[in-house]
This record gives sequence, C-alpha cells and structure tokens, in this order.
Amino acid sequence: MAHVSQTLAKSGKPFAYSPENEQKFKELLPKYPTTRAVILPALWLAQEQDGYLTVEAMEYVAKRLEQPAVAVFAVVEFYTMFKTEPTGKHHIQLCRTLSCWMRGYEDMQKLIERKIGIGPGEKSADGVFSFELVECLGSCGTAPMMRMDNRYWENLTVDKLSRILDACKQGRDPASEDTQ
Amino acid sequence: MTQNIISARFGEKNAHTLDGYQKLGGYGTLKKLFGMKPDDVIEEVKRSGLRGRGGAGFPTGMKWSFIPKNTDKPKYLCVNADEGEPGTFKDRLILELDPHAIIEGIIICCYAVGIKTAYIYIRGEYDAPFARLDAAVKEAYKAGLLGKNIHGSGTDVDVVIHRGAGAYICGDETGLIESLEGKKGQPRPKPPFPAVIGVFDCPTVVNNVETISALPWIMSNGGTAYAAIGTEKSKGTMLFSISGMVERPGVYEGAFGVNLWKFIEDSTGGVKDGKKLKAVIPGGSSSAILTADEARNVNLDYESIAATGAMVGSGAIMVFDEDTDMVKALEVVLRFYAHESCGQCPPCREGTYWLYEIVNRILKGKGRPEDIDLMLSICPDMLGRTICVLADSAAIPAASYIKKFRPEFEAYINKGNPPERMLHPGGINLEARAL
Repeated sequence: MAHVSQTLAKSGKPFAYSPENEQKFKELLPKYPTTRAVILPALWLAQEQDGYLTVEAMEYVAKRLEQPAVAVFAVVEFYTMFKTEPTGKHHIQLCRTLSCWMRGYEDMQKLIERKIGIGPGEKSADGVFSFELVECLGSCGTAPMMRMDNRYWENLTVDKLSRILDACKQGRDPASEDTQ
Repeated sequence: MTQNIISARFGEKNAHTLDGYQKLGGYGTLKKLFGMKPDDVIEEVKRSGLRGRGGAGFPTGMKWSFIPKNTDKPKYLCVNADEGEPGTFKDRLILELDPHAIIEGIIICCYAVGIKTAYIYIRGEYDAPFARLDAAVKEAYKAGLLGKNIHGSGTDVDVVIHRGAGAYICGDETGLIESLEGKKGQPRPKPPFPAVIGVFDCPTVVNNVETISALPWIMSNGGTAYAAIGTEKSKGTMLFSISGMVERPGVYEGAFGVNLWKFIEDSTGGVKDGKKLKAVIPGGSSSAILTADEARNVNLDYESIAATGAMVGSGAIMVFDEDTDMVKALEVVLRFYAHESCGQCPPCREGTYWLYEIVNRILKGKGRPEDIDLMLSICPDMLGRTICVLADSAAIPAASYIKKFRPEFEAYINKGNPPERMLHPGGINLEARAL
C-alpha cells in the first residue's frame, strides 16, 4: 500500500483557501460532473498553500465539497505525494527503482546521508532538507535522478549532487549547479 | 529501421508551442477530419492496426467501437499520462516536446467516438510536462481549437488536465478511473468494461498518450500507410525507452519486426564501457527477463516477444551488464510491486509482500535452501487471480529471474549464514505462514 498510516491529530490552526486559491477552487468545480472528483485537485490547492495538509485542511476540503471527511482522509492516506507533516525547504525524492539502482542511486543516498546527516524519512534539524526514497519517477534514461523543488535533477553524479546540496545549504539557487 | 512518426518533431525548436506546431503542419488534419463521418474515422484507425501503447497492446479502433452508439449518457475520454512502469519514460517526452500532437489526437478521438470531454490524467511528479501541457491546452482554447464549435465544425471538445498524486496503480485503466472520481486508485473488476461503464458511470475510452499522439499521422497519411510499417500483427512504430547499462540511454522510435538486440545496439551504442551483456527486460519491469542469448535471437514485435514469455508492454527496455547482481535486481523489482500494491486483493497484497521478504532474506545471507522453490511455488498463485495485473507483474519477473539465473540465488543461500527461523516484524512465524 502506498504509505504507512499516521495518526491524524488536529494542528489547532484553522484553514481556509487564500483568495487566489478560492478563485482556482471555483474554477475547478464546473470541470467535473461530481464534487467528489474535485477532492484530488482541491487537496493539491490546500497542500500548495501550506506545504502540507493539516487535519483542518482536509476537513475544510471535505466541507467545501460536501463529502464525508473520511473520503478525504482515505485519499490523503493512499497517495504518497500528499504530506501530513511539513517537509524541509528542499524536499529530496531520490528514485531507487531498477535503472536508478543500476546507475548508482545508492551512492547518491550515501552522499546525502553523509553531507546532510539524515536518512530516508528524516528532516534536517535546521529544516533545510527532508529526504525520502521513492519508486520510479519515469526518468530512467537519465538515471540516477531525483525530484526536488518541484523539478527533476537528472544524470546525477557524486560531484554534481554535492554541488547542488551545497548551493541549497548556502541559500543559493541550486539550478546553477545543474551542469555536468 | 528508424521511423519518425511520434518523435518527428522532438528535435524541432518550439514544436511545443502552437505556432511552432502549426508551422510544421500541426492541426492540419482537422479540416479532413470534420469532413468525414465519425464511423469512417474509426474505420481508418482500425485499418491502421494501431495498438495501445500503454502496455496491454489492445487494438485502438476496436476499443473505440465498443462504445455504445445510442446512449443518453455523456461519453468520456481519459488520456493516460500516468507513466509509471519502471523503465518507461517516453510519454514524458511527448508531453514536454509535442503536447499539441496530444491535443490534436484528442480532437480526432472525440470526434470519432462522439465525446465532448477529455481528461488527461498526468502523474503528480511530472512538473515540467504538466507545465508544457497546461500551456498548450490554454493556447488551443485561445485559438478555438478546443471548446465549443471547433473551427465552425459544430464539434465541442473540452480538455481537463487532472493531476495524480503518486500511485503507480492509477496507471491501470480502472485504477485511473477510480482516482479521477476522487477515490483511492483501486482497480475495478471487469466486466463491466470502461467502454460501457467507465468514469462517472459513463461510457469511457482510456488511451495512452503515445496512442493518442499517433492519430494525427494516421489521419493525415491514412491507416493503410501506417499499417504498411512493421509486421503483420505489430503495425507501425513505437517509442522504446532504453535504460540501464547502455552507452546512450534514451527514447528511440522504431518500426516493429527488427532484431531486439540489434535495435538496442544501433540505438544506444551497446553495453556501457564495453562490458558483456547479461540480460534484457524488453517491456518494463513487469515483463519476464530475457537472457543475453534470447535477446540476440528475438525480433522486436508483440508476437515474437510474447513467444518467449516476455512482453513488449510499454516499450521499456532495460539492459543488464555482466556485473549486475540478479538477486539484488529482483529484490528492487519486488520491493516496487510490494510498495505499489493497492491492497484490495489478498493474492497481490500478500504475494508481493512475501516474495519481497523472501528475496530480501536471501540477499541478506539468511536464505534457506527451500526458499527458491518456495518463491516459485508462490508465483502461480498470483497469476490471473486478482482484479488487475499488478500481482502478475511481480510473479512473472520473479519466476523468470529465478529460473534463468538460479545459480546466483543458490550461491547467496549456500554462502550465507546458517539458516535461522525468521520472524515477521509483527511476530508472525514466516515458516508457518508460508506453508
């Protein structure tokens, strides 16, 4: 199954869409014949707003779509990309499936563990990084690779990934290090 | 033989924009399309012999003809862009480099089948492909190529891009439908097939991105011209994603019927660093594996590959060199399927989990002599016993890796630590459970 269930506890923070997301939400509704079908896109809006989904945000989505809260909770639990805890500023998703394994993702994992000091499922104390190992991201021709900051980083080498992580640590834009 | 049908515009600058696409003749089929009877469009696609490029290889025109003609319900098209089969990365290229070909293909399908709304289900991790596709859809609406009364034809087509959220199983056509309805992506029993009861309980066509992208070429050059390429039963071309231990991994388009290894060698320059070839997966990680000899002696088409017990699938070719540890490779494959099982059918939920657990303990040097046959005995019970084919997708490679590379598994067991009774983390005795 997609991922381990977590105990859902309220954050104590009320949730409502920002005016911009409210507009996007209203544009979503006529695109689907049922409100239930809007659960995924509505959750994406909520997650983009806060970086993760609180119980309050899930209940808010359920209420706006006139769905039972459990229908929303079930969806959040099933899909690996919905996060119920805040991630680091740079969330690393390193692919570990067949071609990335053959082309050395394990070396990249070791580098991350050594350089940042966190393993899969962990977040650095300063909140700059969080790290997870994920299954095939559909970029096998440019293995090993990872997704971070809503984009792909491909053809990774120890040197290249090292420069990318340094840039993140120093608060620079890592995109300038996306060279061989 | 290299053929450029799907990838014809991949090297062209700005082909992803409306202007760039139209300069290369894009949307040129619409005038002809709207002059034809919808049934004749279906016939043209049937004539082409085009088969679904998502993995199952079902004839596209026939799939369309299953949609009921006289129904009061709306009909839907779902374009499957939830590319997730390990080894497959070709739809991503179409989405990024040629998104308007997808839109033109959607218009062709919708016109032929009488559909007014198409959903493109794209995997959640595809940020850049999403951005390109989204921009293309907006351009198409602005130019009157989508929406009401396209170019005065009286045809209405709306396109909605729907983003997934990280679940391999949503690439299964009924898993996709469930997910699009806002639920967990757990596949539905068939029948009823989506053509009769699909998304929102309405007749639905589900086609892969690459299948849809082949339609403009077929409409413009004719089904007969497409059918002239390839072999008797595997017509046309396919995008092959080639990865693993080759010199130049990438997406290569080829006509069916050529020698598998020659195609890989000609396209990618062969095995990386001059190493020896060990094995090839011809069609995604759910396919059986081929030994080097088998890969050198088989042709790349649906029937020839199927005759070896493997499959063309989504065209995901993965190459293993002489240094590849086949036990570890199988562990990686089984971990994937155990992770992605949706959990509703016991043979899959339990089978993928135990196959992974057993290969994992073999790898850790804790395997027992009977473990190899234990795995082989689990596999048949996972074939054809579940709602979708995810269980088969784990059992088929497992059995083939073990049968073709058995000495490697035995070596792990023989040199490993003395066998010990292994306990499930929850305290269930594995031996008792497995027997």
